[in-house]
Amino acid sequence: MNSTINARNVVVALTALGLLLLPVYSGLTGDIFILTLFTRIIIFALAAASLNLIMGYGGMMSFGHAAYLGIGGYAVGILAHEGVGSGFIQWPVAVIVSALYALVIGALSLRTRGVYFIMITLAFAQMAYYIASGLSRYGGDDGLTIDKRSNFGGIIDLSNRVQFYYLCLACLFGGIYLIWRIVNSRFGMVVQGLRANEQRMQAIGIHANYYKLICFVISGTICGLAGALLANNTDFISPATMYWTRSGDLMVMVIAGGMGSLFGPVIGTIVFLVLEELLSQFTEYWALIMGPLLVLIVLFARGGLMGVLGRLSRG
Amino acid sequence: MLVFVEQSLNGLQFGLLLFLLAAGLTLVFGIMDFVNLAHGSLYMMGAYFAATFVAWTNGFLPGILLALCATLLLGVALELVALRHLYGRNHLDQVLATFGLIMFFNDAVRLIWGPAGLSLPLPAWLTVPVQIVPDVFYPTYRLLIIVTTLAVAAVLYVVVMRTRIGMLIRAGASNREMIGALGVNIQLLFTLVFGLGAALAGLAGLMQAPIITVQIGMGENILILAFVIIVIGGIGSIRGAFMAAIFVGMIDTLGRAFLPDLMRTVLSSNTASTAASALSSMLIYLLMAIVLVVRPEGLVPAAKR
Repeated sequence: MNSTINARNVVVALTALGLLLLPVYSGLTGDIFILTLFTRIIIFALAAASLNLIMGYGGMMSFGHAAYLGIGGYAVGILAHEGVGSGFIQWPVAVIVSALYALVIGALSLRTRGVYFIMITLAFAQMAYYIASGLSRYGGDDGLTIDKRSNFGGIIDLSNRVQFYYLCLACLFGGIYLIWRIVNSRFGMVVQGLRANEQRMQAIGIHANYYKLICFVISGTICGLAGALLANNTDFISPATMYWTRSGDLMVMVIAGGMGSLFGPVIGTIVFLVLEELLSQFTEYWALIMGPLLVLIVLFARGGLMGVLGRLSRG
Repeated sequence: MLVFVEQSLNGLQFGLLLFLLAAGLTLVFGIMDFVNLAHGSLYMMGAYFAATFVAWTNGFLPGILLALCATLLLGVALELVALRHLYGRNHLDQVLATFGLIMFFNDAVRLIWGPAGLSLPLPAWLTVPVQIVPDVFYPTYRLLIIVTTLAVAAVLYVVVMRTRIGMLIRAGASNREMIGALGVNIQLLFTLVFGLGAALAGLAGLMQAPIITVQIGMGENILILAFVIIVIGGIGSIRGAFMAAIFVGMIDTLGRAFLPDLMRTVLSSNTASTAASALSSMLIYLLMAIVLVVRPEGLVPAAKR
């Protein structure tokens, strides 16, 4: 594992390069579909990466992460609906509201452990879902159409597909860089230590829940940003964005890619969404194949795809 | 007042139905330490089997019995093929794999029965309402559900608390390795418990089938409710599940029935109706959050069973 050139790193480097050059390919071939597909993938990869921060590094199994996608999205949608079109207002609001929500539910949820934690985060996300369904002024169950994407003055035009793609990609790379910095900082070491053995960490004087809560809030904040991107991408936001199966999808992306590996969630998201796209072109009943495939991944590919690649590179 | 009695009975009926689901879930969870998201799919399959077999056999009871056996067999098959390999894994792996099974079952149903929902007509003798107290009529079928689920709950109690099998189940819940070491065929016990849980889920599904439309995804919402119940009740505790199920059924039904009127007294009618519908859907999640914050192990912690 000492050499930097191994199967895992090659795949990561190629993926990053591929993502960077995708608009060039799309521009040359005129294939717009692949650009929109990958814009979506990148946004979800950012959400998955944020989930990975608490799940893979912090050991907190949140089953309600889609709530932040919805909150970020609704922040953009509601502000746009009320005539506030500036992204300089919309996006900070999306991020701050997500952080506040994470702070409140994190403080309550972190009183529990294990499966109880999985369930209470799920319960809070469902509450957010029903609150959104009750927002009759903003479409209720049917959702809210966003007429104009966030306006960033003359700096960047979100309606331009390529510019929007690169903005999303910059957010993804920025997010991963941030997570990398966090994970390798003293703070990140403490959080990982808490995952490995909470009692020992407390014995050496670490206030466990304080660290966990901050980690939880950071994760929610990043995912809130992904929500703002998602709303701009689809020009639409509805309660379905935070339905519990969406949280399940995010978990699948993280675990399939490899928990606790920096780039794993990105690979997992690409594989999950591309597979979904391919299978649904091939048959209407794509979940019939995807479902058992998931079971097989769990049974045979421990540590996700990154884990498999890691084992390959060790030979 | 009459409405209140009727809605309370509806709440009781819904709560008891939820108990059937939660009992299977909490048994599987308590004994095998296995998180089974696909439990809701078994509920759905029970309902689909019932709708199909009742149409085939042209008789309500034979169809229902066939459906019950079919769900039991399906549960056992599922355990043998896939789930048994997941017991030693962490909860996350189990959540993921059974999430995959939900996807599979939903699309399998869509492939076999089509995307449109089915309905299961009641036989004539179940459609006449009965008079429970003077001038209060209640649907016979809903009353039958209450009686059946109470009977099943009683049988379950006797089996778990008074028989040898039940003793093994309880022993398995408190220490799996030990009863394995004492020479009990734990693999067989697990299969048995899973089959029992599947049959209970199927029973809940097929009893609910005539009241609602049998459709894809019907298992998912109710699965979350069942999880809420076992978390409120304390994971692994059947008694806790029973109490929590009645509680949740009542709160949910009464909230939906009376919150809109209650809120209309303080708010304008338009805002009140939307706010009330959102609030009544949220009530049980709110309840669960409060219980978890106050008593993180649930109302009846498994250790004190």
